[in-house]
Amino acid sequence: MSPLVQLAAEEAENPLIPPIPELVIGLIAFVIVFGFLAKKLLPNINKVLEERREAIEGGIEKAEAAQTEAQSVLEQYKAQLAEARHEAARLRQEAQEQGATLIAEMRAEGQRQREEIVAAGHAQIEADRNAAAQALRQDVGRLATDLAGKLVGESLEDHARQSRVIDRFLDELEEKAEATR
Amino acid sequence: MSADPTQTLAFDSSCHLFNGCGFDTVAPGLHSFLFKPLWGDADSNVYFNKTMLLALLGSIIVVGFFWAAFAKPKVVPGKLQLVAESGYDFIRRGVVYETIGKKEGEKYVPLVVSLFFFVWMMNLWSIIPVAQFPVTAIISYPAVLAGIVYILWVSLTFKRHGFVGAFKNFTGYDKSLGGVLPLSMTIELFSNLLVRPFTHAVRLFANMFAGHTLLVLFTVASWYMLNGIGIAYSGVSFVMVIIMTAFELFIQAVQAYVFVLLTCSFIQGALAEHH
Repeated sequence: MSPLVQLAAEEAENPLIPPIPELVIGLIAFVIVFGFLAKKLLPNINKVLEERREAIEGGIEKAEAAQTEAQSVLEQYKAQLAEARHEAARLRQEAQEQGATLIAEMRAEGQRQREEIVAAGHAQIEADRNAAAQALRQDVGRLATDLAGKLVGESLEDHARQSRVIDRFLDELEEKAEATR
Repeated sequence: MSADPTQTLAFDSSCHLFNGCGFDTVAPGLHSFLFKPLWGDADSNVYFNKTMLLALLGSIIVVGFFWAAFAKPKVVPGKLQLVAESGYDFIRRGVVYETIGKKEGEKYVPLVVSLFFFVWMMNLWSIIPVAQFPVTAIISYPAVLAGIVYILWVSLTFKRHGFVGAFKNFTGYDKSLGGVLPLSMTIELFSNLLVRPFTHAVRLFANMFAGHTLLVLFTVASWYMLNGIGIAYSGVSFVMVIIMTAFELFIQAVQAYVFVLLTCSFIQGALAEHH
C-alpha cells in the first residue's frame, strides 16, 4: 500500500454523511434553477401555450361557425329551390289550363267564323242565283222574243203583251222544273 | 471532509498488470468520491471543489437552456422551444397531472419541473467528458433536494389537515386495524417522517454512486490490464465501459424521473382527503 492510499483509507468518510459546504452550494444551485424557471421562464411559456390553445380553439370555433353558416345557406338554397320548383310546376299547370281554355275558345271562335262564312256563302250563292235567274229570265225573254220575231217575220212591238206572254211561258217552265225536281 | 490525494485520472499512472505494482495504487473506492478543494481549505469547511463547480455550472446550463428556449417564446415554436416544451409538457402532464391532478397540481409544476431538470443535469455530468462525475453521487445534493420536498410535504400536510389530521395522516390511522393499530401507527410514523426523506435522497445518491463506481472500475481496469495477456481482458473491460456509459445515460434519466415522481406522490399524499 502506498502512503497516499493509506491516507485516503484513513480519512475516507461515511459517504452518507453530507458535507455542509456541498449542502449550501446544492441549495444555491437549485434555487438558481427554481428561481429562473418559476418566476420567469415557465410563466412565459405557459402564456404562450395558453395563446396557442386559444388560437387553435379559435380556429376550430371559426371553422365550426363557417360550417354552420354553410349548412344554413345550403338549407336556404334547398328551400328556395324547392319553392322555385313548386312555382314552376304551378305555372306550368296554369299555362296548360290557360292553353286548353284558349284552344277551346279558339276552336269555338273558329267554328263560329266557319259557320258565319258558310252562312255568308250560302246567302251570296242565293243572291247570285237570284240575280242570275233574274238576268237569265230577261235574256231568255229577249232571246225568245227575238227568235219568235224572226220566226214570224215581224217585230213584236207590243212589249206589254210580249212580256205577259213570256212571263206566262217562263212561269210554266218554272212550274215544270219544280214539278220535275 | 478532507481532500483525497489519490483523486487522479487512471491514465496518470503508468502502472499495468504484470508490472509488479499492485492494483490498489489505482483501485477505485470511496476516495474516488472525494475531491481536493480547488479553492480554500478542506478542514475549515470553507472551500470550493469540483462537485460545487459542476453543480453551479449545471444550474447555469439548465437555466441557459430554458432561457434560450422560453425567454422569447413564440406561438409557433422553433426547434429549441419545441424540445424544451416537450420536456416541460412531459413533466407537467406525465408526472404532475397524473399524480396530483390538474387542479391541485398546477401550483407545484414549477418546483417539479425544476427538480427534474436539475437532477437530470447533475446526473448527466457523469458521462460528460472532462467532468465525468455525477454531482448527485455526493449525498449533500440529493439530501438538500429531498429536504426541500420533505419540508414542503410536512408543512402541506399540517396546513391541509390541521394538527390531528396531520398526525393521522403520518401514522396511517385506521380504526379497522384494531389491536395492531398502536404498532402500525408507530411503524408508519417512523417510516413516513424519518425513513422516507432518507430513502428519497439515498435512492438517487446510491444509484449515481454505484453507476460512477462501475464506470471508474471498468475504465481503470481497461488501462491497468493493458499489458501482456491482460489485453484481452482490457478489451472486454473497455466494451463494458461503453455499455455502462449507455446504461448510465438511461439510469440518469430514470432516476431523475423517479425522484420527481416520488415528490409528486408525497405532495399528493399530503393533499389527499384520506390517507
